[in-house]
Amino acid sequence: MNAVEVNNISKNYGNVEALKNMSLNFPKGELTSLLGPSGCGKTTLLKIIAGLINPSSGEVIIDGKIVKKPGPDRAFVFQDFALLPWASVIKNVAFGLELKGVNKSEREDIAKKYISEVGLTGFENNFPHELSGGMKQRVGLARALTVNANVLLMDEPFSAVDEQTRRKLQEDLLILIKKEKKTFIFVTHSIEEAVYVSDQIAILLPRPSRVSEIIKPSGFKKKDVDKIRRDSEYLDIVDKIWKSLKNYI
Amino acid sequence: MNKINFSRANILKISSAFFLFTAWEIAGRVPISFAFPTFFESMEALISIILNGSIFIAYSDTLRPLFLGIAISAFFGIILGLCIGLSEKTDWFISPIFIIMQAAPLAALIPLLIMIYGVQLTSKVFVVIIMSMPVIVLNTAGAVKNTPSSLQEMCFSYLGSKKDNILKIILPSASPIIFAGLRLGVSAGFIGAILAELKITPTGIGDIISFSRSRGDYPTMYAAIFSIIVLAVLFINILEKIEKYGFKGNQKGYISD
Repeated sequence: MNAVEVNNISKNYGNVEALKNMSLNFPKGELTSLLGPSGCGKTTLLKIIAGLINPSSGEVIIDGKIVKKPGPDRAFVFQDFALLPWASVIKNVAFGLELKGVNKSEREDIAKKYISEVGLTGFENNFPHELSGGMKQRVGLARALTVNANVLLMDEPFSAVDEQTRRKLQEDLLILIKKEKKTFIFVTHSIEEAVYVSDQIAILLPRPSRVSEIIKPSGFKKKDVDKIRRDSEYLDIVDKIWKSLKNYI
Repeated sequence: MNKINFSRANILKISSAFFLFTAWEIAGRVPISFAFPTFFESMEALISIILNGSIFIAYSDTLRPLFLGIAISAFFGIILGLCIGLSEKTDWFISPIFIIMQAAPLAALIPLLIMIYGVQLTSKVFVVIIMSMPVIVLNTAGAVKNTPSSLQEMCFSYLGSKKDNILKIILPSASPIIFAGLRLGVSAGFIGAILAELKITPTGIGDIISFSRSRGDYPTMYAAIFSIIVLAVLFINILEKIEKYGFKGNQKGYISD
């Protein structure tokens, strides 16, 4: 069953066609990666699903309803974290609930639960500038989890952190996916990252922007997070994707 | 004995003041001009106008147009800056007025203000407003325009309304620049207040300055000038404290303390 359906979406910025007639389904409870070179419209598609920008034509359907604006069923994790610099970690994590009108004590209780889930207990009263990049993104992730949305939209969430932190965040994400049972839509530039975290990888190509292929890794998904990177299917898929993408770089 | 913990910043500030006052004292003793008193003579005069109460009577006159002008400039300045920052049409319509106000030679406008509003409080308030408002409006507008788009997208994606976006994202995000504008505006307002007292009617601290100058009582004149500088610095420091208290995470070392 699909959590999100994208039907014949086109998006034009003046004369530039960012997306052309794109259709794609996102199965419920799975993580789908949108992978492709720069300028292929990955982030544009994600923002259309989020309801932050409107498509020029086509529709996005979530639970049978056409998406026209942001809704409580979706939460967004931003590439640059989008944390409020003047607010503490706990206030940042509880911000989505604050906008929903949840009272202070209740939202702080929920925020504390997710702060602990992303491994930031003890940093509740720190400010974003006192945190590392990886910690900042954990705050962004906790904020998305507090609002209890069914679909989590992640726009290159680990691209602004160093390689070691990135690997740790990817491993933690796999554990989180199993625990939360939500639908994740994950935009990334990294082939290894896409193959590592995804149940389904949609490869997008530019000029004109289109879905060229959908890959569903099966063999290694049940393996321990430490063993995936040495799995032969994992390595084969990484190789295959690189071969199909390198002509467009 | 109480242990006083002087931070490096405090030591530097005290040394800076000490250096300045020593230079003042030396310049007065040379003297660089017969009209330039020493630091100690000026402080003596300051103490005497404090003891005889004349400085307090003067400030009760000076502070009225100053605070009124600054309060009006801050309130309407931030609202107008917000409107300019949020709407392109308002930007085209209102910005030029403030750019002209900022560039206009104020002294040339004073006779015009006197013709319209007379020599009373209104004219002086206007001088303070003309001096302080443009910088507050233009700074606020610039800061609002430069609010990071990802923060605004974040607000909307978590179902924030336009009002939430203005109150919870744009204003706090713009606050460092708005406060910088307020500080500059307040400094300009102080200049405006004194200018008004020197050019419109000699009252308050402007009266002490012009009266003591006409009598050749330069220590008193410099004491009055010194007191207004101290007051302006104190006022700007209070603004910094308010900013520090209200927007803790926003400061990353750009505030002087």
